[in-house]
Amino acid sequence: MQARLARVLTVAIVLLLVAMPADAQDKPRHGGELVFVVPSEPPSYDAHQEETFGVIHPMAPHYNTLLRVDPNDRTGTKPVGDIAESWTVSRDGLTYTFKIRRGVKFHDGSELTSKDVKASYDKILKPPAGVKSLRKEAYESIASVDAPDAGTFVVKLKYPEPSILLNLASPWNWIYKADLLAKDPHWYEKNVMGTGPFTFVEHVKGSHWVGKKNPNYWDKGKPYLDGYRAIFISSSAAQVAAVRGERAMIQFRSFSPPERDQLVQALGNKIAVQESPWDCLNFVSMHHDKKPFDDKRVRRALSLALDRYEGSAALSKITLVKDVAGIQVPGTPYATPPAELEKLAGYGRDINKNRAEARRLLKEAGVADGFSLVFKNRGIPHPYEPLGIWLIAQWKQIGLNVRQEIIEASAYHPMLKRGDFEVAMDFQCGFIVEPDLDLPRFISTSDANYGRHKDTVIDDLMHRQGRATDLEERKKILRQLEKRLLDEEAHVIYTLQWHRIIPHLAKVKGWTITPSHYLNNQLDAVWLSE
Amino acid sequence: MAIARVPVPEAVEAAPPGAVARWLAATREFCRARTLGAVGAAVIVVMFAVALLAPVLAAYDPEAVDFGAMLARPSLAHWLGTDSFGRDVLSRLIFGSRTALMVGFGASVLGATLGAILGVGSAYFGGRVDLYLQRVMDVFLSFPLIVLALALVAILGNSIPNLIMAIMVPMIPRSALVIRSSALAIREMPFVDAARAAGFGHARIVLRHMLPNVMAPYLIMLTAFLGQAILAEASLSFLGLGVQEPTAAWGLMLRGAAVEFAETAPWMAIFPGLAISLSVFAFNLFGDSLRDALDPRLRTQ
Repeated sequence: MQARLARVLTVAIVLLLVAMPADAQDKPRHGGELVFVVPSEPPSYDAHQEETFGVIHPMAPHYNTLLRVDPNDRTGTKPVGDIAESWTVSRDGLTYTFKIRRGVKFHDGSELTSKDVKASYDKILKPPAGVKSLRKEAYESIASVDAPDAGTFVVKLKYPEPSILLNLASPWNWIYKADLLAKDPHWYEKNVMGTGPFTFVEHVKGSHWVGKKNPNYWDKGKPYLDGYRAIFISSSAAQVAAVRGERAMIQFRSFSPPERDQLVQALGNKIAVQESPWDCLNFVSMHHDKKPFDDKRVRRALSLALDRYEGSAALSKITLVKDVAGIQVPGTPYATPPAELEKLAGYGRDINKNRAEARRLLKEAGVADGFSLVFKNRGIPHPYEPLGIWLIAQWKQIGLNVRQEIIEASAYHPMLKRGDFEVAMDFQCGFIVEPDLDLPRFISTSDANYGRHKDTVIDDLMHRQGRATDLEERKKILRQLEKRLLDEEAHVIYTLQWHRIIPHLAKVKGWTITPSHYLNNQLDAVWLSE
Repeated sequence: MAIARVPVPEAVEAAPPGAVARWLAATREFCRARTLGAVGAAVIVVMFAVALLAPVLAAYDPEAVDFGAMLARPSLAHWLGTDSFGRDVLSRLIFGSRTALMVGFGASVLGATLGAILGVGSAYFGGRVDLYLQRVMDVFLSFPLIVLALALVAILGNSIPNLIMAIMVPMIPRSALVIRSSALAIREMPFVDAARAAGFGHARIVLRHMLPNVMAPYLIMLTAFLGQAILAEASLSFLGLGVQEPTAAWGLMLRGAAVEFAETAPWMAIFPGLAISLSVFAFNLFGDSLRDALDPRLRTQ
């Protein structure tokens, strides 16, 4: 018996060692320059007013934030301190007091204090006239921010909000220097001055961005790299060629499945691949003021026509989508359990039954067989174009005749905002998986509610889930909201969750994929094994 | 005073008896003397037949997605393989010929005809009309065909009628320029003076007496434009500005997944590429031979 137990234990230990991530077995090594590809360039240098990863990827290593998302957490949902060393929450959940780290220095040598944190948050929450702040609406619950002393930063809320810590871990909320902001609130649009692990060296537009190791970084021993070079390449074929030729080591957004396969085939064990569900999703918006999409039976029929499970298996081989999901990324705290998901209209496994119901609903709504509609899609290859082809083929199965109109990327959002569509591909991409950050676009009054639905039930459920402090209670409300949004009213049609694929040279260590391409770009823990 | 009517020689107004026999003889002579042109013509005829009979010839619905047959190699079931959505490449090529011919013919016939009318009009009226029209044509001619077509599609949007319009516009000045030079010589012919003397209106002289006499350069331009238009449609579709998915179109078949799967599923790019090359080659061969056959100087050599 004892011998058997010993054998089992030995096997278990061996399996555990094999299963342990390589990083855990390796010791970080100092030195080297990380070269990575960025498919987009920064429009300005000020993250508070930008929304493209083209800002985050090359520039995040120059900055710190108050909190950050744990760089080792694959779900990307655990807040940890960055500039904040620790924090306390008052009993009523209305006051968050953050202790600011001492010895944090800006790259010009001056010391960071809570005054800088307050100035940065003042700029985000109440930007001066003429200064844009893209995320101020996300902080409506904040009553005030204060810096009572150099080492303390206090956030007071109007009402308890469970998501506030994650919201304060936003990768966009870089801490700027108060004196520079006081002199010129636009200074950071064209200049760089942070406290991050790397200092700024140069930006050559259309070519590259270079940072070098900050020798005075507050997190002693980090960063491991001597520096980094971000090279701007928009063509995806050229990006693949750069990694394939080992001129670049990684691209932090995503490659498509065929691109991943090309790299794996070409580089063999020189390449490692990390994959994750992605907090991005394409959904179909239907204009509620245009017939017959004012009729929920028609909207439900369009959702019922989709064979999401077959689509998931097939499309995941050719484009950036994979999981069949509800309103939250699978594997995260508020994700829909698969059994519950299958109860929603269009998520059941019996596609013939779904499509028969869809045809019945269309007939009942007076929509004739062969009804023609125009589907407007965005002119971006992945995953818009394959999803568009898939949707059209699915809708054809219930007797709809769909013509696709591709709208050039820059004209796309103006088209949605004008409401110049019957049925259009829409898009949601979050930086942290959190209902308060992912779902506000479905509130009736939201500017991003392009389908223009008016639904006070949704509005009320959104309001209630945002204030529910009990996890289970919040989940329950979210399930109700999901059923209302995707099934009963079918205001929008969710397609498939995006899937993030990062093939990188195997020598790049210390970086963990998360569901957001906006997260984990400080590079402080990244190192090169050779 | 009675005015004697002078009989007006109208060269191409009425076909003489035995026209069919003469056409057949001319065709036979064309095939004998210009074998390559005849091969081009044969390919064009086959292309037309395929386009007309597409629903009969295609074994599959060109838009039908079949995930069970994704990226299938050429086989008995799918002679030219399938694409990344399991759609039969051969069926898409067959239906794609309709798109190519529709856009190609639409753009080149309209472009060459409007160009011919403007060219003849410009030559006939001369003076300031000619001067201003030619300067406008010069402006359009300064843009390469594909660049102007790209700009127009970007402005008009990318439906098939807009695509025809976008490819047609750059062809107008090219046609007008060539036809004008022929029309300038015809303007000086006695039968045009006679028509004027007989009191015919400008429209009648241009349309009934001058235009029929520039048919040779017109036909040559038309066949040359056909190949260009097919290539332009394929280029615009390849760039995502032409025909849109899921419509079958050769240029569209070359973009997106065809590039990404070029190494693992080369048939996705090879066959549409061959179809484009073959059709453009056929129209160019036929056009060149037609030019040689209709050019009296070359005919005598």
